[in-house]
Amino acid sequence: MLVQGTSRLSEASISTDAQVADMSFSPIQMTVVSGKGGTGKTTVVGSLAALAEKKVLADCDVDAANLYQIVSPTVLESGDFLGMQIPVRDEDLCIRCGKCEEVCRFDAITVEAVNELSCEGCGFCALVCPVDALQMQSISCGEWHRADTRFGPLVYARLIPGAESSGRLVTMVRQKAEDVALQQQLPLILIDGAPGIGCVATAAITGTDLCLVVTEPSLSGIHDMERVGDLIAHFGVPMAVIINKADINQENSARIRSYCEQRGIELLAELPYDESVTEAMAEGVPLIEHQDGPVVAGIRQAWSRLEQLLNL
Amino acid sequence: MQPDSTHQLSISVAAGKGGTGKTLVATSMALALDAEQPGTVQLLDCDVEEPNAHLLLQPDITAQEKVEVLVPEVDLDLCTRCGDCAKVCQFSAIAVIRQAVLTFHDLCAGCGACAWVCPTNAITEVKRHVGTVRDGTAAEGRISFTDGYLNIGDQRAGPVTTVVKDRIDPQKISILDAPPGTACPMQDTVEGTDYCILVTEPTPFGLSNLKDAVLTCRRIGVPCGVVINRDGVGDDGVDKYCESDGIEILLRIPQDRRIAEAYSRGDTLTDAFAQWRQPLVDVVRHIEQLVAVTPT
Repeated sequence: MLVQGTSRLSEASISTDAQVADMSFSPIQMTVVSGKGGTGKTTVVGSLAALAEKKVLADCDVDAANLYQIVSPTVLESGDFLGMQIPVRDEDLCIRCGKCEEVCRFDAITVEAVNELSCEGCGFCALVCPVDALQMQSISCGEWHRADTRFGPLVYARLIPGAESSGRLVTMVRQKAEDVALQQQLPLILIDGAPGIGCVATAAITGTDLCLVVTEPSLSGIHDMERVGDLIAHFGVPMAVIINKADINQENSARIRSYCEQRGIELLAELPYDESVTEAMAEGVPLIEHQDGPVVAGIRQAWSRLEQLLNL
Repeated sequence: MQPDSTHQLSISVAAGKGGTGKTLVATSMALALDAEQPGTVQLLDCDVEEPNAHLLLQPDITAQEKVEVLVPEVDLDLCTRCGDCAKVCQFSAIAVIRQAVLTFHDLCAGCGACAWVCPTNAITEVKRHVGTVRDGTAAEGRISFTDGYLNIGDQRAGPVTTVVKDRIDPQKISILDAPPGTACPMQDTVEGTDYCILVTEPTPFGLSNLKDAVLTCRRIGVPCGVVINRDGVGDDGVDKYCESDGIEILLRIPQDRRIAEAYSRGDTLTDAFAQWRQPLVDVVRHIEQLVAVTPT
């Protein structure tokens, strides 16, 4: 994985072909994010999955993973994700001194009980316990899967509903996708990211070569694109934009265009509003296998430009 | 918190999947209730990663509060480089490499274990600004409004969400707009509310994320029901699931390009289509009966 805050893409673009060829094999990584949820990330990723020839797919939206539903995966390998540790009390040893409760800053422990939902897994309680009545134990926070699809390998994960450590699960999915790419000499890792700007989204953005932001011309879509755009810039990753449902509000689409112009961000495509997009989802196939209308034409146009941007 | 006569209803509006209409439902519901009983409603936007409710309610912001967490600062003159701090830190937020001590404040949970374990008291905890909470009013001063902004680059939404939730006024009906997903930020929002409305769309994506959201609500112990948005698209999977799992469908909002257009301009359902006012109020009244809060 690349070091946080750098991008191989920008280096590659100033390298000669000979220099690039000399580098040891390392796949290009592109993440699709949005800021606001429901703008069409997974729909775009599904179609890009069908268009890109050699790649690994990684679904890093670990608490709302959906990509697997449109690529018919055959799972080859699965595993438990042991996330954070939580304290387990030996009731016989505990002297009810209350030191654990006193030091916990997350209101997660009392002399009676541990509140797993509030616990951050810091272990301070176990550290201060004078009689070693608290032991930190790993709990299963989710499961990951490595699968084959007709579009190539897929790594995805599912956070157990209500569990924590989602950012770490994203890092694990990316690591496994990178392992697959290296083993099979696949030049691209296509990552479906999460909405927001917190730990789940961030873990999918850091150290990638390009972030594709799928936005929509609503006030929320613009506001959230700007925040995730700042986050992407914060980590020094280049960014490109697709406007989905562009015709739903022409004025706001114009605002997104000028945002991109001002920041030197490439606008790859404007996709029209199309209610039939959900039909493909209901069929369980990428949009591109369901229809070949203007939305798909826009995604094709975006992909041909992405191939150039990613030096594929 | 158990609902009783001393506090009004608190409703969280969540969804597994993003973009299903949480904010549209939360803000429209607040406006509909306010139209019926002016001055009894507050809206708290707990999606501190991507707060959007202000775009629809256009509140007057009257106060801003910085949210700060404690992070370690190391006095290198006192530090003996023993490495105990790094050993106890579960978040890899402090490291001792030969003579250097590195702190990674964006990873720090602020637990304070490093300062406690330091044998030479070389670690002091200092405040770090991670976000901002804004207070104001919407609907000509009748709706109390609070939202939070996590700073760009900070990953832990929890402390900001906590401050937003501290503003819950038991004398008002509180509507909490939750972030998408089912991870910590969603749980932090839903926990402690009387009821959770899960807004979904009737598609396979909506269904799979709805199931996770229902399981999360059950784990937290908050009763939930479903609002189907964009009803008519997709398939009948959500309906079948709700029926077989005994989850109540509270309201259906049809697929309608005009609603999407109104939302894109920053208009709520009630702004653009007054006929939605009563059904939204009815949902709240129904929830009040479900959780047995004494109506005002």
